[in-house]
Amino acid sequence: MLATERETLYPPVLSNESRLRRLIRRHPTMLFGLGLLCIMVLVATGAPYWGTIDPLELNPIERLRAPSIEHWFGTDMLGRDLYSRTVYGSRISLFVGLCVAAFSMTFGLVIGLLSGYHRHVDSVVMRIMDGMMAIPSILLAIALMALMSASVQNVIIALTIPEIPRVVRVVRSVVLSLREQAYVEASLATGARLPRILLRHIMPNTVAPLIVQGTYICASAVIFEAYLSFLGAGTPPQIPSWGNIMAEGRTYVQLAFWIILFPGLCLALTVLAINLVGDGLRDTLDPKLARRM
Amino acid sequence: MHAYLLRRILATIPVMAVVALFVFALLHLSPGDPAAVIAGDYASPADIERIRHQLGLDAPIHTQLGIWLWNVVRGDLGTSIFSGLPVTKLIGQRLEPTLALTVTTMCIAVVLAVPMGVVASWAAGTWIDRLVMVFAVLGFSLPVFWLGFLFIFGFSIKLELLPVQGYVSFREGLLPCLQHLILPSLTLGIVYMALIARMTRASMLEVLREDYIRTAHAKGLRPYAVLLWHALKNAALPIVTIIGVGVALLIGGVVVTESVFAIPGLGRLTVDAILHRDYPVIQGIILVFSAVYVLINLVVDVLYTFLDPRIRY
Repeated sequence: MLATERETLYPPVLSNESRLRRLIRRHPTMLFGLGLLCIMVLVATGAPYWGTIDPLELNPIERLRAPSIEHWFGTDMLGRDLYSRTVYGSRISLFVGLCVAAFSMTFGLVIGLLSGYHRHVDSVVMRIMDGMMAIPSILLAIALMALMSASVQNVIIALTIPEIPRVVRVVRSVVLSLREQAYVEASLATGARLPRILLRHIMPNTVAPLIVQGTYICASAVIFEAYLSFLGAGTPPQIPSWGNIMAEGRTYVQLAFWIILFPGLCLALTVLAINLVGDGLRDTLDPKLARRM
Repeated sequence: MHAYLLRRILATIPVMAVVALFVFALLHLSPGDPAAVIAGDYASPADIERIRHQLGLDAPIHTQLGIWLWNVVRGDLGTSIFSGLPVTKLIGQRLEPTLALTVTTMCIAVVLAVPMGVVASWAAGTWIDRLVMVFAVLGFSLPVFWLGFLFIFGFSIKLELLPVQGYVSFREGLLPCLQHLILPSLTLGIVYMALIARMTRASMLEVLREDYIRTAHAKGLRPYAVLLWHALKNAALPIVTIIGVGVALLIGGVVVTESVFAIPGLGRLTVDAILHRDYPVIQGIILVFSAVYVLINLVVDVLYTFLDPRIRY
């Protein structure tokens, strides 16, 4: 059992193999996820060019048609082409996911670096972060959305705030472990001031776990945006987003199940792709953690 | 041991204090005037002033905070703007379905996922292991409500095996209750199962590497005995942690699942409160859910000391 396990984690290196072949053999799932993600990004960015018509165009004569040649995913209750709506919806989901990941990583990095380095800041900040983590993320996001009007920008804000504490935790743990290292002390002795130490010496070590955490945040942001839109607390109904489309389709489960099926399938595939990429990144960037998971 | 327990309980107080502060700030961060919202569109300024005085919103903010905290400690969570009922009463009415759903989900998830993880770790590298890992990644990626609708479509509409939606209390019969609960529990449980199975497998793999496992095999113990009594017991710590941490996921999922399966629980209450901008109810629910989450993590921490006597703090 130990031998097979060792083989799966560290397959033997064949010297004549090209690096690409080795990459494919070692991380098949990550490459699959990456490929899927690239397809999704291509579809989202080039939405008008993928055989779509106007996603907002009403066509009541064609309402609730099953998938066919003219309408690849069928039509919804107002006659809108579901394929076009799904493709345009992918834009919102991916945009929200990317923005939430980027903003939460940035804010979390700054707060985590400062908090890990200064003990006094740390005790205050960690209390606040613990409090924020005690509230389940989606409840916090829903509550924040209740304060603001429905718009994509507000959804991004509402989804970023619950994710910041987790990033702060990760960054802070790295900073705490590195703070006492010899080279930090050496740079202090040569007169380096705090910003230089943080940016030049400590931050580069946070990049790897930060990127891994970032992919997971992206995946959960895409799903939470769909949850929020489904509950009616997310993107406004006039903008097609996967959650919105499925929310509209919920009364037609028996009549026109394709309204829920296709956006949900795309959502599942996108989140799966991001998760696979995240797992692969974690395996490559942090082998110690990879062995534990 | 008792000192540890006391210290651990006392540590939850600052966390709950931050949660309470945040929840209080929620009402005051809201755009617009809650008094105007309650008074309605055609109220005169005098009416709005009267309602504001009734709600106590004209007092300085630290007085309001003090009054609100004092009420919370006494168990008074305010009155719903939309329905006029006390929030505690509303929560009490909706508690049972949510509790039934959550407990069923946790039971199903733990009972199914832990053996899955154990089997996967035992057969590491084979197709069984691969299958469990695929399930783990898939389960984590599937949106809960989509899965719910898939189940409804498959089991209730096409196969007509189970009821579509709704909730039946167990006081009206155990079988109908379970029939109504099984689809929502499975839906909600899959994400939880994926998490637990993954953590179980990882934790078991680490433990199975240890020398004492090899010693146990060498002593001639049956494989099952080694697996269960030696390996699983030692691997239990991270598994129990993830069960505690996963409750947050569960709470989030409850909101969506109750919406899909039309279960009249706390999740539905939350959604309705959001749509009606009913801030006292939102505040109350966040407080209650956070308290439950903190409590469960407290129980997990205390469980540590039973699982691993070396932990003394």
